[in-house]
Amino acid sequence: MIPSLSPRWAPYVFISPFLLLFAVFGVFPLCFSLYLAFQSWEPTSGLGAMQFVGLENFSFALGDAWFWKSLKNTGVLALASGVPQHLAAIPLAVFIHTHVRWLRDGVVGAYFLPYITSTVAIAIMFSSLFSTDYGLVNVALSALLGGSHIDWLGEPLGIKAAIALIVFWRYLGFNMVLYLAALQTIPKDLYEAASIDGASGWQQFWHITLPSIRPMVYFGVTLSVVGGLQLFEEPFILTGGRGGVDQAGMTAAVYLYRMAFDFNDFGGASAMAWLLFLVVVGLTWLTNRAFRPRGGGAA
Amino acid sequence: MTGSRAGLSTWAAYAIVGLGALTMLAPFYFMFVFATHSRTEIFNLPPPLWFGDGLGGNLKILFERLPFWRNLGWSLYVALASTALTLLFCSMGGYAFAMFEFRFKQPLFALVLGTMLLPSFMGMIPSFMIMDALGWIDQHRALYIPGAASAFGIFLMRQFASTAVPRELVEAARMDGCGEFGIYWRIVLPLIKPALGTLGLVTFISSWNNFIGPLIVMRSADLYTLPLALRSLQSPVNTEWGALMAGSAIATLPLLLLFALSSRQLIAGLTAGAVK
Repeated sequence: MIPSLSPRWAPYVFISPFLLLFAVFGVFPLCFSLYLAFQSWEPTSGLGAMQFVGLENFSFALGDAWFWKSLKNTGVLALASGVPQHLAAIPLAVFIHTHVRWLRDGVVGAYFLPYITSTVAIAIMFSSLFSTDYGLVNVALSALLGGSHIDWLGEPLGIKAAIALIVFWRYLGFNMVLYLAALQTIPKDLYEAASIDGASGWQQFWHITLPSIRPMVYFGVTLSVVGGLQLFEEPFILTGGRGGVDQAGMTAAVYLYRMAFDFNDFGGASAMAWLLFLVVVGLTWLTNRAFRPRGGGAA
Repeated sequence: MTGSRAGLSTWAAYAIVGLGALTMLAPFYFMFVFATHSRTEIFNLPPPLWFGDGLGGNLKILFERLPFWRNLGWSLYVALASTALTLLFCSMGGYAFAMFEFRFKQPLFALVLGTMLLPSFMGMIPSFMIMDALGWIDQHRALYIPGAASAFGIFLMRQFASTAVPRELVEAARMDGCGEFGIYWRIVLPLIKPALGTLGLVTFISSWNNFIGPLIVMRSADLYTLPLALRSLQSPVNTEWGALMAGSAIATLPLLLLFALSSRQLIAGLTAGAVK
């Protein structure tokens, strides 16, 4: 027991674990990574072997075809998984909000469940479902539609589709819960007044529901953009950590990892991390411009 | 809800929402079904749709290939340590931000929120280097100490403490000569118990699922946590799918159990930042 902790100093003591951990595992490493981005260094040769190389790491990254490819992959995957997530989550939330009473917690739980399960277990499960000859996805597809089997994990487009599907599956319920929460804050009399004025269900959705949940759309899309640009585990497991055929599943985060831990280029990887960070900041800013809830709106 | 049109649309909504829910659950179902079939059976045509009798065989292979129980034990150990530390540090921090006035309070809280926005890949290389410098490579503490004062946790605790802890009560205790740490331990902690439960669940689950952390710092297969151990079973050729499914199913079981017991609390906790 600490005998006399004065109210004046108590708050500092209480937040000291945060400050300490943040300094040691946040600030210091981040500064070091900025420093490292201007050095040429392989961890195996010891700290003394570090060499200042100016902007060389950055110019290498910008001239590296794989870096651009990984950026493009990341963008394509973020769009292919992110856009359908929200397009499906909004109507789903509206359906559940307006129609589902019986078993409601169970239904919401079923959609949310993928969000809390281990990505590794899930990605392993999906890699068996996506197997070429006898995987369940192909068996089901050819039973329903006929045609030959798709080599999901052996073709560039197939890998991307498989990754996007897993991400969609994993985050749909999370987004749906966000929208459900937003829908619950819309006053019921808004709809009653609209019905009296003769507005159809569709008009009510378009003119009342959508504008009201706009702040949540902004929030959800921001989370998807930031999360999508960090995509690592799903592609990493699905492609055995190597990026897959033609590096089609190599996201920027996967490439960053390979650059550091497979190719031992810590300086180059640090430079890429900072470039990628700029991309995230830029895209977050753009999302902010596009979806930000405007003042005076119906919120 | 009057007339047959409303009734019909209700049924249609139930059908669509219900079918979707079943699709969401299907991968879990097949994970458990495949866990009970041998590798050759899984890739039979048609694939198995119902439980088989291969679980014993799969477990045998699993225990030959991995120190499975040890891996599971490490996962549990790291998740529990991480939960205990996080609850302690975040409740202290959240309480301070909720109930005290002090210099630099606003900028410090902005800092807490700011760390939430930092992309995880920024930490990948630096955190390896700091662990290397501290000699924490292949040490479990590298998995539960760095994230223990999480921004999300401090935020959650602050939100809850600021409504659940009456200022008068704290003042009264102070008048009676109760020390600051005593106030936190004997008055504040019991009052914020529900939020501690939520944060505990969220922390336990994210530690249980953590993959990037151990991937970067753990080296010995004997010390692996479950996700890393399961991943090591995967190989370009001859993956023992049955054993892998059995392992994944066992790793998923505790999560399903926790979710079944507390889905409402968990969902509210995981989306707390958004809804608040």
